[in-house]
Amino acid sequence: MKIKLILFALLAFAGIAQAKLNVVTTLTDFASIAEQIGGDKIKVSAIAKGSEDPHFIDAKPSFIRLLNQADVLIEGGAELEIGWLPPLLNNARNAKILPGAKGHLFLGQHVKLIDLPTAPVDRSQGDVHPSGNPHFWLDPENARAIATAITELLTCNDNANAAAYETNRKRFVDQLDKKIGEWKKTLEPYRGTKVVTYHKSFDYLLNRFGLELVSTIEPKPGIEPSATHIRTLVPRMKEAQVKLVLAETFRSKRTPEYLAKETGARALFLPSSVGAVPQAKDYFSLLDYDVSQIVSAIKAQQ
Amino acid sequence: MGASSLMAQESDLESLKRSLRDQQKIIESLMRKVEALELQQAAVTNRPVEPRNIATALNTNAAPAGAGEIAKRWSPSDPLRLIGSAQNYINLSFDALLAAGSSTAQDIEALQPGGHDPKQRGFTVQNLETVFEGKVDPYFRGQANIVMSITPDGETIVEAEEAYLESMALPWNLQLKAGQYLTEFGRINPSHPHTWGFVDQPLVNNEMFGGDGLRNPGARLSWLMPTPFFAEIGLSIQNSQGETATSFRSAGGHSHGGEEEEEALPFALRHPDNDRGVRNFGDMLFAPRFQTSFEATDAQTVLLGTSAAFGPNASGAAGDSRTQIYGVDATWKWKPVNHAGGFPFVSWQTEAMLRRYRAGAFDWDENGNGAVDDGELVDLRTGLPASFGSETLTDYGVYSQLLYGFRKGWVAGLRFDYIWGEEGDYEKFGKSFNGGPAFTTDPLRDSRWRVSPNLSWYPTEFSKIRLQYNYDDRSHIGIDHSVWLQLEFLLGAHAAHKF
Repeated sequence: MKIKLILFALLAFAGIAQAKLNVVTTLTDFASIAEQIGGDKIKVSAIAKGSEDPHFIDAKPSFIRLLNQADVLIEGGAELEIGWLPPLLNNARNAKILPGAKGHLFLGQHVKLIDLPTAPVDRSQGDVHPSGNPHFWLDPENARAIATAITELLTCNDNANAAAYETNRKRFVDQLDKKIGEWKKTLEPYRGTKVVTYHKSFDYLLNRFGLELVSTIEPKPGIEPSATHIRTLVPRMKEAQVKLVLAETFRSKRTPEYLAKETGARALFLPSSVGAVPQAKDYFSLLDYDVSQIVSAIKAQQ
Repeated sequence: MGASSLMAQESDLESLKRSLRDQQKIIESLMRKVEALELQQAAVTNRPVEPRNIATALNTNAAPAGAGEIAKRWSPSDPLRLIGSAQNYINLSFDALLAAGSSTAQDIEALQPGGHDPKQRGFTVQNLETVFEGKVDPYFRGQANIVMSITPDGETIVEAEEAYLESMALPWNLQLKAGQYLTEFGRINPSHPHTWGFVDQPLVNNEMFGGDGLRNPGARLSWLMPTPFFAEIGLSIQNSQGETATSFRSAGGHSHGGEEEEEALPFALRHPDNDRGVRNFGDMLFAPRFQTSFEATDAQTVLLGTSAAFGPNASGAAGDSRTQIYGVDATWKWKPVNHAGGFPFVSWQTEAMLRRYRAGAFDWDENGNGAVDDGELVDLRTGLPASFGSETLTDYGVYSQLLYGFRKGWVAGLRFDYIWGEEGDYEKFGKSFNGGPAFTTDPLRDSRWRVSPNLSWYPTEFSKIRLQYNYDDRSHIGIDHSVWLQLEFLLGAHAAHKF
């Protein structure tokens, strides 16, 4: 019992000594934006690694401990984390970050989600998310709304540093505006380029910069392609003159490369989250990298 | 003045024309939009429109959404759409686990002792599980697992397997669980059959906890320790009687029909009438568990646990003998940081258990006349009613399983099972019962081993097809071969997976 008390006292002391808002995010992308806004006032950790398929994170017990210590939790929502976050939250014993508490943020509520089903959804259509496509962070315009929502969250939970958060938000948004201008200019010549993606993970990026999604390698969300689907995809891609086959870095290389070879397109394995490749150190460098990779892949074909 | 006013008039005219042209353009573009919307509207209204649910209708702040509703494609003039349906009072799901196959054994029900194992040649409905889950209020989460199965006789059995509430926000890192629930002992006992890597229950779980696992009404308090790594310690207090408390105050194994009850009796000679109710706190079942987990590397997770269960058992005449069960478990999982859809992975899980069962003294000469009467067990050495002294029976069991998810949706598995016990004094001599031969070695404590390779295919997260072969070697019975094909489907709420 004495040891317990001492442990408690030590931890309480450590807590006071740090006094930084402990922010936990589900994805590295949200962590990166939170870092930009929180600066040295917060401590940020992400549950998923940037290189992982975000739909299939293991609910490792260490995450229970991480969530137990959190002051705020930032999740994407739209069922992105549905397969692994609920049991972690249920066992975290932390009322501060439960849905509805002031330390919980669903980012998906603050952005415009695309791919909303136009008819009732059932699972014969694959694993369709009834709330819309949850891969929204790859649209840099959404980063503006994400930054605002995170600033509100941090302010609400740590009002003492409100001014610092607002200053950082402005700086982030200014840089974002500048970057969006650069990215748009860089990709402008390639507007209308036809693209096939593996999963519907890059729709937001493509929409923003005017690249056109022709089809996906998955016949339905989350369903692996059959040989028949691939066979029908090849003539469709040739007809549409698809230039790029985009897949996240964690996808198997085989099918995208086969399709590229058969159709004369180029297979490109792009990071969809911060940290998926060493170059994608933060949110800006992730998009810098993705944009430059897309451009050089299209150029290589001309 | 005149010239300049004329010029001004001309420029006004110019700007008026220009603004008219602009307006014309806007009108044209709006017309196009209207047409497109009309087309969309037509497409939508051709489908049967489902009634809006009441919660959505009442809660006008919430965005229209939900599986039962037709969501409109977003257009820039629409208000921002919020995530999720307007109400989420209950998550409902239904999981069906079915098996088909055959075995060389004549006594398949004894060969496959798990309550939800395949039970016969041909088809078995193993487990039909309806799960209700949701937030009760800001403090509690509730869950109920109602399980149905169909016996070989065609009878449908319904079990209230679990129904508990669990706190989400107690202070001091505590968590309380109360209700009917599977005891947190090791890895298999607290989990449901459809989450297992194999068609059937490990033998050690059956031997220690019976076909349906250790579960009873009770309460559990657990504490997440303030260590830098995950460490949790918990204590469960539950009732110790009934058919889901094998090894404790249970007259026999779990029976799905009635015959098993008699077969189960020889195990340490539990008296079927020995349910004397609860006399004091010591008559409850106490089950502590400690578990800890850490990441060996980014791709490797280790979970180590140790569990115990203490409580009175039903043996002997006095009803004051006790059982202790101890268990250790280890889980190791490798999943690379660039997995796609959770594949590939390798996971290894092992549990070992030890039971010390104090069998109470029991004299079969219950009427005390010293002669053999009907319904009394006879010691063949003396020809008199058998009399058993008090003794401690020790049993061991272990299983070890390896699962290898070698490509998306495909998992190969291999499991090894072994159970054995130290011979008790009551097993050392021949007996007869009502004129017929009775057991020498207790069949419920006899040693046995089994090897089970299998292959599973998950077309999606919501379905599974599994083929398994069992090589069984039971002491005093012999070797048997079984092949089982298993099918699973899941409807409703998306399952979230614990580690």
